[in-house]
Formats: sequence, structure tokens, C-alpha cells
Amino acid sequence: MPRVMSATATEEVTGRALKKQLRQAERLKKIKALALVLPLVIFLLLVFVQPISTMLARSVDNSELMEVMPQTAAAISDWTGEGLPSEAVMAAFAEELQTSRRGGGLGRVGRRLNYEDPGFRGLLMRTLRRLPDEPAAAWQTVLPELDPAWGETSTWQAIQRAASPTTDRYWLAAVDRERSSSGEVQPVAEEQQVYLSVFERTLVIAGSVTLLCLLLGFPLAYLLATLPTGTSNLLMIFVLLPFWTSLLVRTASWIVLLQTGGVINGGLMGLGLIDEPLQLVFNRFGVLVAMVHILLPFMILPLYSVMKGISPSYQRAAISLGCHPFAAFWKVYVPQTISGVAAGTLLVFIMALGYYITPALVGGASDQMVSYYVAYYTNTTNNWGMAAALGSLLLVVTLVLYLVYHRLVNQQQLARS
Amino acid sequence: MALQPYASPVEKAWYWFLRIFCALVLLFLMLPVLVIIPLSFNGGSFLTYPLDGFSLRWYQEIFDPQGPWLAALKNSLIVAPFATLLSMVLGTLAAVGLNRADFPGKGLILALLISPMVVPLVIVAVGMYFFFAQVGLLNSYSGLILAHTVLGVPFVVITVNATLQGFDFNQMRAGASLGADPLTVFFKVVLPQILPGVASGGLFAFATSFDEVVVALFIASPAERTLPIQMFSGIRENISPAIAAMASIMIALAVLLLLVMEILRRRSERLKGEAAVS
Repeated sequence: MPRVMSATATEEVTGRALKKQLRQAERLKKIKALALVLPLVIFLLLVFVQPISTMLARSVDNSELMEVMPQTAAAISDWTGEGLPSEAVMAAFAEELQTSRRGGGLGRVGRRLNYEDPGFRGLLMRTLRRLPDEPAAAWQTVLPELDPAWGETSTWQAIQRAASPTTDRYWLAAVDRERSSSGEVQPVAEEQQVYLSVFERTLVIAGSVTLLCLLLGFPLAYLLATLPTGTSNLLMIFVLLPFWTSLLVRTASWIVLLQTGGVINGGLMGLGLIDEPLQLVFNRFGVLVAMVHILLPFMILPLYSVMKGISPSYQRAAISLGCHPFAAFWKVYVPQTISGVAAGTLLVFIMALGYYITPALVGGASDQMVSYYVAYYTNTTNNWGMAAALGSLLLVVTLVLYLVYHRLVNQQQLARS
Repeated sequence: MALQPYASPVEKAWYWFLRIFCALVLLFLMLPVLVIIPLSFNGGSFLTYPLDGFSLRWYQEIFDPQGPWLAALKNSLIVAPFATLLSMVLGTLAAVGLNRADFPGKGLILALLISPMVVPLVIVAVGMYFFFAQVGLLNSYSGLILAHTVLGVPFVVITVNATLQGFDFNQMRAGASLGADPLTVFFKVVLPQILPGVASGGLFAFATSFDEVVVALFIASPAERTLPIQMFSGIRENISPAIAAMASIMIALAVLLLLVMEILRRRSERLKGEAAVS
């Protein structure tokens, strides 16, 4: 008996040891797998996520005044915002205005304050030229004498707004809002409202492009999926060659085709269909044509791969049961393509939202999308806060749509299983 | 979907309508690719038909050693291969890791790896412009290579991930039990089987870098002006037949890419077929 007992005991011990070993081996495998993924994750965190965070931070960044005029910024933050700030604030401001001339700080502060009031940089320059080294009286009387603007509460309120470490002004401006002098959010003057209509235009262009791609892509994908493999592979080249051709080449081609002296106008006039050339490019029509052409393969390919997997038997069964062929197509075939339609439309829509190059080349001034303004504020006017806020808003819209897409695809997979 | 002999007239009409409609869509897709090639041999300096005699002068202009095109091509040929190589190495490692074992946060990690495809290019460009200025990578080849690696790497992750779906990782264990070290197992057992995926991902990454304008416009100086930037400013300023010539060369490149992709696809299918038989 004892021998048997000891045998089971050993078995138990080795069993436990084996389980432990197995767990360790499993953990080791996980660690090894993670170690393979880690280099790319770290790379993307450094070169992709970090830059985007930098941009997000820029959109609320308000550090100009704090860095160039730290004492003024600190002193004015305690001011109630009524009447005029204390002598200490004005003295700090006068001193730091002098020192800011060195090292280019004045330019930064001037640009930042100009967003509050377009005449602010001029005011700073004027004041600086007349500024005495030692004031004859208190700065509270000297400064307003130099320029009456310094006697106004709103001037100092603007400085106070620029003195906090963060600001929501760029985000508000991106949706055509601003803060009134009392700090309430209000719509900007009607003639200055730009961005909401730019966002609307972006959505309209992306939506039209998506719809057109679906209308053109669905029948073609259907035909390709139902033709014999040899023929469909051959015709697929017509889809894949444009897909692999440079976006710039295709955009240039459309300009050549559509311009006033271009191939299409020449052909139509040669046929006697029109007397004078039509304006087909550098307007909305040109943008839609070129964007649909570039994005159409992204609609066709997911549709095709879904349609390829649909068995024709269901449709045939419906018809043999007395269903009209059109009804069978609409009620039996089309619902099976929904996952492909969803994938294709969301993919095209998401890609179209961020388009910059094509509208910039084939569009007019009123066809530019959000991306154009982001690029404009970064490169042309150096209003980085505005560029960052518009970019962040575009990013939020895109990521929300991406999330919806993910949910949709996952739910379909759940429903199927 | 052949037309049945007993089809009704309405069905016949639909049959032909669908075919004609699709033919027009295919024409729409191919027209821009086809129309620009003859124009590159135009003797005149306008991009219109009828052609003004045959000439190779625009190709001469492109291959002028002092001209801007060759310099731009050279820059692209410096940036694209390095970005492709880096994407292939990082992307393949990550895809193998993701398929090797289950670990927490896998879905999230995959979403992160794919996200450069989704985020609008201009946002990547502005972010990198701010960030590269801080770390001194602005206006440099290395900055451009890193940026294009970010944009190319999702393609490699996706294609290698797809090839690994049918991969039996027990082969790695078998290799190890026969005395091979992990590196040998990877190069002799894993890589030959996933090579079509790695290569097609690499082609995508190369094509992305070779066609990327937005990020390059933001973070490159005239010294690193790549081919797409040169094309972009050419189209913007004055669209001449030299652009048509360059475009034709790039279309030839697209044909080449398409051919290589097709060969890779067939090879991958054959490998899968062999695995299924054995």
C-alpha cells in the first residue's frame, strides 16, 4: 500500500510541476511574441503618436506671453478684469516690453495678441518707440498718455486672455465661435464665419464622392464577381492599373483631359456638340471627377471580395419559388453584400475627408477642403494654433467614423457566428 | 451569369445595360492612364490632340543631368528603398509577434499599427512638422525616411498578417527540436512561406513613398525635393509635356508593380495549395 501511495504522490508532484512548467512556457511565449511587436509599437509611438500629440497640444497652446513676459503674465492673472490693472502689472509690462525687443520675443507676442485684436502689434511697436526708460509719473498715467488704448479695459483684458497657459480660442474659432469681452461663447460676426461652411463642404464633397463611387462601383463589382474567372481577372487589370498609378499622374491626366483646350472639350467641339469649351476643371465638377477616379478602386475591391463569396444558389432558389428576378436581386442578393458596401463606403468616405492634393490641383477657391486650410495656416500664415485646432477637429471626426466602422464590422462578425 | 436562352426581353435589356454601363466605368478608369502616354511624345509644347509630330524632346528634358527631374528622382530613390526596408523589417516582426501568441491588448495594438492609414495625411504632416522641428529632423533625408516608414508600415502588417492566417507555428517548434536556433528557424522555415506577403507589403510601402506629396511638402527642404513634390509643383505652375513624359514613366512603373504583385499572388496561392495537399 505505501508504495502505491508514494507513486500517486510522485505523480501529483510531477503533474503540478508540469503544469507550472507549462504555464511558464506559455508566459515565455507571450513575452517573446510581445517582444517582436514592441519595436514597431515603440517606433510608432515616437514617430507617429508623439507628433500628433504635439499637434493636439499646439491647438490649446497659449505660451507665447508667458514665455516672453513671465512677470506680466503672473501679475495680470490676479486682476479682476474690471477698470485698469494695478501699477505692478503695468510696471512689469513696461519693463518686459523693453526686454522683449531682444531675442525676437516681441514678434511672437505681437502675433499672438494680433489674434485678439488685429491692431495689437502696431500698438506694441508704437508704444515701444515712445517708451521712456524711467517713467515721469506712475505707469498707470504714463502708458495711457503714450497711447489711449492702454487706458481701455479691453486692451488689458486681451493681454490677460493671452497670459493663461492654455486657451480654447483656436478650438472655438474652428467652429466659428469666440469669447466675448465678458467671457461668454458667442458666434463670430457673420462675415467672418468660415470654418463651419468649410467642414460642411468637406462632408458634402466626401459624401458625393462616396455615393458616386458606390453607384459606379457596385454594378462593376457585381459583373466582375459573376463573370468567369479568366474574363474577370483580365478586366480586373483595368481596375488595378489605375490603382497602382501615381495619384499625381492621374490628377495631371484629368487636368489634361478636362481643361478648356483639353481632350474632352476638343472632342465635343469636333463633334459639333458644343460651340464653346465647357468649364470642366478648376471647379467642383473637376474635383468630383478626379476624386471618384482615384477612390473608385477602394470601393470596387472590398465589394468584389464580398460578392465573390456569395453563392448564386439563393437567388436562383428565390426565382424558382416564383420571385421576380429583380426582387430576388434586391431582396436576396443585395442584403448579402451589405458588409462589402459598408466597408467600401466607410473606407472611401474616410479617405475622401482628408483629401488635400487633388482639390488643391483641380479645384477652385470654393472647392478646398479642411486639409487645405490646415496646410495654409501652417505654411503660409504661421498661425499654428489655428492649423492645429482645425487638424484636431478633422482628426476627431475621422477617428469617430473609424470607430463606427470597427463596430459595424465586428457586429457583423458576431451576427454571423 | 450567361444570358439564358429563355430570358425575357426585360432581362435581355438589363443584361446589355449592365455590360455597357460597366464598359463605360472601365473606360472612365483607364482613360486618364491611356490619354497621357501619346502626349508625352508630342513634338509641340501643348498638351492637346492632335499631336504636333513625334519627338522625344520631353524625355530628353527629364533626363537632363542638370534638370530638376533627375535630382528629384534621385532623392526619391534614396528615400523610398530605405523606408521600404524599414517598413518590411518592423512590420514583419510585428505581424509574426501578433500571430504567435495571445496577449492582452492585442486588438488595441493592431488598431495602433493600422492607424497611420486612417489618419488624414495633412494631420500626420503638420504633427511631424512641429515635432521634427523640435528634434532637428526637419529638412533631412532621415526625417523623410522615418515619415514614409510610418505611412508604409501598415501595409506590411496587413499583408504579412493575412499570409500568416494559415501558417502552422508548430513548424517553428519542429525546427527548434531539430537543433536550429530561432534565427535559423525564422530565415529557413518561416520567411520562405510568408515571403509573398512580405514582398507585396514592401511593394505597397515603396509605392506609398514614391507617390507621397503631403508629408514631404511639409518636412522636406528643396534639397530633399522628391519626385512627387517636383510633379506637384510642375502641375501647379505650368503643366508641360515634360510632366506627361514623367507620368508615362510612372505608368510603366505601375505596370511593373502590377505584374510583380500578380506573380506574388500566384506564388502565395500555390504555396497555400501545396500546404493543403500535404
